[in-house]
Amino acid sequence: MSTAPAAVQRTVASYLVTPGSTVYLDHAATGPVRAEALAALQGWLAELRGNPSGTHHLARSARRALDDARDVLADALGCGPGDLVFTGGGTEADNLAVFGVAEAMAARTGRAPVVACSAVEHHAVLEPVHALGGVVIPVDACGRVDPDRLAEHLPADTGLVSVMAANNEVGTVNDLAALTAAVAAHTDGRARLHTDAVAAFPWLDLRQAAAGVDLLTLSAHKFGGCQGVGLLMVRPGVPLRARLLGGGQERDRRSGTQNVAAIVAMAAAAAATEAERDATVERVAALRDRFVDGLRALLDGVEETVADRRLKVAGNAHVCIDGVVSEELLFLLDRAGLCASAASSCASGAISLSHVLEAMGIERERGAGAVRFTFGWSSTDEDAERAVTIVAEAVCRLRAARPGRATRPAFVAG
Amino acid sequence: MRVMVAMSGGVDSSVTAALCRQAGHEVVGVTLKLWGGESDRGCCSVADVDDARRVADQLGIDHHVFNYSEEFDAAVVSPYLRAHEAGLTPNPCIECNRAIKFDALHQRALALGFDAVATGHHARIVTRADGSRRLRRGADRAKDQSYVLYMIGEQVLASTMFPVGDLDKGEVRRLAAELGLRTAVKPDSQDVCFIAGERSRARETFLGDRIGLRPARVLDATGVEVGRVPAIELVTIGQRKGLGLGGGAAPRYVVDIDHRAAVVTVGEQADLLTDTVALQRFAPSERTWRGAVLAQCSAHGEPQPAMLDGMVLRWDRPTKRVAPGQSVVFFDPAAPDEVIGGAVAAALRA
Repeated sequence: MSTAPAAVQRTVASYLVTPGSTVYLDHAATGPVRAEALAALQGWLAELRGNPSGTHHLARSARRALDDARDVLADALGCGPGDLVFTGGGTEADNLAVFGVAEAMAARTGRAPVVACSAVEHHAVLEPVHALGGVVIPVDACGRVDPDRLAEHLPADTGLVSVMAANNEVGTVNDLAALTAAVAAHTDGRARLHTDAVAAFPWLDLRQAAAGVDLLTLSAHKFGGCQGVGLLMVRPGVPLRARLLGGGQERDRRSGTQNVAAIVAMAAAAAATEAERDATVERVAALRDRFVDGLRALLDGVEETVADRRLKVAGNAHVCIDGVVSEELLFLLDRAGLCASAASSCASGAISLSHVLEAMGIERERGAGAVRFTFGWSSTDEDAERAVTIVAEAVCRLRAARPGRATRPAFVAG
Repeated sequence: MRVMVAMSGGVDSSVTAALCRQAGHEVVGVTLKLWGGESDRGCCSVADVDDARRVADQLGIDHHVFNYSEEFDAAVVSPYLRAHEAGLTPNPCIECNRAIKFDALHQRALALGFDAVATGHHARIVTRADGSRRLRRGADRAKDQSYVLYMIGEQVLASTMFPVGDLDKGEVRRLAAELGLRTAVKPDSQDVCFIAGERSRARETFLGDRIGLRPARVLDATGVEVGRVPAIELVTIGQRKGLGLGGGAAPRYVVDIDHRAAVVTVGEQADLLTDTVALQRFAPSERTWRGAVLAQCSAHGEPQPAMLDGMVLRWDRPTKRVAPGQSVVFFDPAAPDEVIGGAVAAALRA
């Protein structure tokens, strides 16, 4: 109903915040593009490049770049280059995994298989599983799927199980090797295991951690690549029906001209991530610990949502803070220059209570003050230090403004 | 001052933000997400959030979305359903203002360090000789919203701003157009923001999906059945249309609703007249409730002289009955544009 005023042409620079003023602790949402990725991107986009599906020399050159990128990423995942399907991000890869396997199995056997996923999956998995009328597997208080109890929840005719490698919200890591064995044992090897490894890749060597899974999702912008590009790893022999039909790119599994620049950048980011992962994990875990310990030293009523940090990826600090509402805390943090997040954000940008915390059995009152701080490869000592001060000040201010209120406002209706 | 502007994505709140900015305040715009569900035309759809965000961007102010959907459900939607179930005629806008906009949001704004909350309501705030504050009708009498704001207490009024209350709607739209705001020609919002679709049927569908709707017999004063209605929950005291009555005869009005027996009684207009209204839920709480007032019984109704006497309002002249659940708002006879407060008409039948 509204009339659009004349569109404004703004320079990229006009969107930038004053450098140095921001403490960025939302790396699980998205992170900075790595220098290696930026160089690859700029180098690629600076010239006329061909369509990798073409035949002339520019096309063949683009094809080579794509092949090289595929090799690098396959190496990072311990799979063959032909096992990778490039997609427009993690959500597309997750959708392709769930629908693609279910539809291919249905076409092969004439019967739709049962699909299942954990209760703490990203919505990109949960929604497709819901759409197929699938099974949701409960998690323990830390957000993990218990391999020993998987059998209780899986019907024998399950065709696909999806369990994330690490949770994007609270950071808990699943034991994929044990889950692989449990799924195989319970379904006589019929069911395939997919893992959304989007939140895990910066921190875990997936060659080992995900060695047994059949399908795996990555998203480039969570490890220093660009937004809007990702991949699905599909092991040989796993049935998969394409969701996007067209020119038959990606071996008929995902049509559409590949985003070569973004894929080349993704490979560069993955290589950089791989090369420095051990050092980054150690350094960032120390930063995260310093931040959480500092916060707990300054403030009462700060509880780690998953108390045992050994169960979590290095960059995740998820806390429930008494006496504040996360929406209000995030507002003050933002005004003080600190970027963090609460639960998942909905389309309109409002914060709602997270399905992850609900599945972990966290009471609403406690979950109301939940905040996620996520560190990344570019985080610094100064980030951790400044964050402690900013958060402590904001929490004190809110508690002072609302004395005696430890939870969300409750309304007496009528 | 630091001012939080509640931006619905409509033209009034867009201009409110612009005026606050022009006045030199430090302004942050917020849009309340109140309803999770089906309504895409109400005041909290994604499209409206988009409009609010784009207007804020155009004005160079920050914009945030606050989620009050749980509170809205508890304080507005659920009571709305229960009221209809009980045969009352609720006003959800008043409950939203009471619980959300001028309570929860206001408290939050102050807790976050703001000095005031500005909204796009057509109303004004006057400071009287003794320093006390009162709500006053908006300058545009046709768009005046003081009726739905009567519950705002003095303390909240002290940190509330209604910048468009001094303007008429035409001026608001002209200002919006001058500023090039995309909301300049956006239509005014509807009554019940959480109900989508065409009005009459939409309400029936919304309620029918959530509460049981019961058919009722329509009787005349002598007890003869003259019609039937599909849902007694949708019938209101004073209602004239949609009662399944044949045309031709003199107009007949609903004069009584026996919810338990599922019987609606119709009569002549004169049968609706009454001397008193039983009231409850007086607001704001700091006022005293005694003496002469001008009482207004609907958003744009004509105020009538009456005496407030405890929980009872006594009309100077017999006046049309007020449907239970509707609010009655009291204006000061000495300053007829100024609101003293209001209350909700009580159900006569338990």
